[in-house]
Amino acid sequence: MVSSADAALSTSDSDEKSRRDFLLVATSTIGGLGMALAAWPLIHSMNPAKDTLALSTTEVDLSPIEKGQSITVVWQGKPVFVRHRTADEIEQARSVSNDDLADPESDEDRVQKAEWLIMVGVCTHLGCIPLGQKSSEPKGEFGGWFCPCHGSHYDTSGRIRKGPAPKNLAVPGYVFLDDTTVKIG
Amino acid sequence: MSSSPIEFKNPVLKWVEYRLPVFSFIDSSVGGSYPAPRNLNYWWNFGSLAGIILAVMVATGIVLAMHYTAHVDYAFDSVERIMRDVNYGWLIRYIHMNGGSMFFICVYIHMFRGMYYGSYKEPRELLWIIGVFILLAMMATAFLGYVLPWGQMSFWGATVITSMFSAIPYVGDALVTLLWGGFSVDNPTLNRFYSLHYLLPFVLFGLVFVHLWALHVHRSNNPLGVEAREPEDFIPFHPYYTIKDLFGMGVLLIFFLGFVFYAPNFFGEPDNYIEANPMVTPAHIVPEWYFLPFYAILRAFTADFFMYWPVAWLMSAKLAGVLAMFAATLILVLLPWLDTSKVRSNKFRPINKQFFWIFVADCLLLGYIGAKPAEGNFIIIGQIATFYYFFHLVVLVPLIGILERPKPIPESISTAVIKSAE
Repeated sequence: MVSSADAALSTSDSDEKSRRDFLLVATSTIGGLGMALAAWPLIHSMNPAKDTLALSTTEVDLSPIEKGQSITVVWQGKPVFVRHRTADEIEQARSVSNDDLADPESDEDRVQKAEWLIMVGVCTHLGCIPLGQKSSEPKGEFGGWFCPCHGSHYDTSGRIRKGPAPKNLAVPGYVFLDDTTVKIG
Repeated sequence: MSSSPIEFKNPVLKWVEYRLPVFSFIDSSVGGSYPAPRNLNYWWNFGSLAGIILAVMVATGIVLAMHYTAHVDYAFDSVERIMRDVNYGWLIRYIHMNGGSMFFICVYIHMFRGMYYGSYKEPRELLWIIGVFILLAMMATAFLGYVLPWGQMSFWGATVITSMFSAIPYVGDALVTLLWGGFSVDNPTLNRFYSLHYLLPFVLFGLVFVHLWALHVHRSNNPLGVEAREPEDFIPFHPYYTIKDLFGMGVLLIFFLGFVFYAPNFFGEPDNYIEANPMVTPAHIVPEWYFLPFYAILRAFTADFFMYWPVAWLMSAKLAGVLAMFAATLILVLLPWLDTSKVRSNKFRPINKQFFWIFVADCLLLGYIGAKPAEGNFIIIGQIATFYYFFHLVVLVPLIGILERPKPIPESISTAVIKSAE
């Protein structure tokens, strides 16, 4: 009689067990999901805040920049190079074939107006600021910019030509508000 | 060798002990009831020395935090105020600054000791692995702390290191923005680095606790690498090793305070006394000395480096460099299994002993290269040294374990130590 009672118990036991298993898996899945969702506000709070985002455009007056001169403006805390290119520099940038480029991109795709080269002055390797903005600074082997940190050379279109950087200097979104004013961002 | 708990005569101790057995816990952890191998040499001091430095860093750090302002407009000036106006501020900051270097000196020696005497081998694999994570937590803490004074090296070090994560495909840029809390290293970055720099030492404490817990299960390895078994293999930790550790602490403090008082900026970079300027990159960005070997490995990966070729179809040289740099530390987790030799101590491993020292020299060479500009022969030497680092761990260590014929191992510690003394 004991054995039959045991048998009855064990069937209901295993039945109970699979239900319990289901409940266990279901509650821990939902619980885990809830924990993950609760973590999101904490993580997202570390993303740029609204006031940081509000500073995301910069207007630049181009009129004082002579041909062959560059200025550096601050956009989102980063330097942006604005270069008034000479005809020589444009010519040099456009005569390069894509085969010679590590990150192929034609000069035409990198500028809206040929004489105005606008790009983020942050080396795509590890974030240093390349030299070449002032006439006294080294411009590298391709007459553009040279990053002193790990030796990346950029050409007169800001394209990577030599060194460890993987990409060309980034071109930010910008619009010409009129002939001498540009809005970056 | 008594392992029975001690009796307390003092009624207060007795009262507390009955309710919370804290005194017998101390006694069995670092006291007379903790048996330690009788033959530990001075290389076994560096674990406790690292622990002492951790305590010094926490003590000085708490006080520094009372005077420091984590804001891009005030951080640099608040550190200068600590140096000039706060009572003993200069002393506390110099101790904290040089303490970081002392911490890494102790831990690197501690790790090489573990490698030389095979302390990572069965059954102490997990003890070793926890140690690797302690090193990682230390590195993160040191990096975050270096950013806080907001000098040029702080800023550009932070920029270079966080930019590494942009090498990760697809999510890299979003991840870097998340780390920065903006579009460049700026005030949100400084604030969160300060928060994390205060948090991580407590994580370190937790890891050290687990490290010691694992240590106390199978107890210390020893210079012979033979497991201590017989009662005569042991001596009580107190007073023998407490006094030896205290003596070691005295020697360390002379060394440490020698730098604090006579060459406080020996390990520092002059550029970090120039306030951070996001518009000007210093001519040479150099990390702190304890990161130099890893920095050399990072920079070794250029498009023409032969170790990069096999993965060139898969990833950029930049990503390969970042991964190799992290792999250089993480691969140590596998060391207990990469080492195929059953013999622990290099005392009995004539071939491996030589390669161990070549490996140490290779690490030092990587450190030297990391401090040099990435040009000319330095690149080539750095690449060869990087290759050798991984070649040693992945190929030589397993191979030597199989091929080498070790010298005869003593039966026990007591036979080797006591008999030879007689």
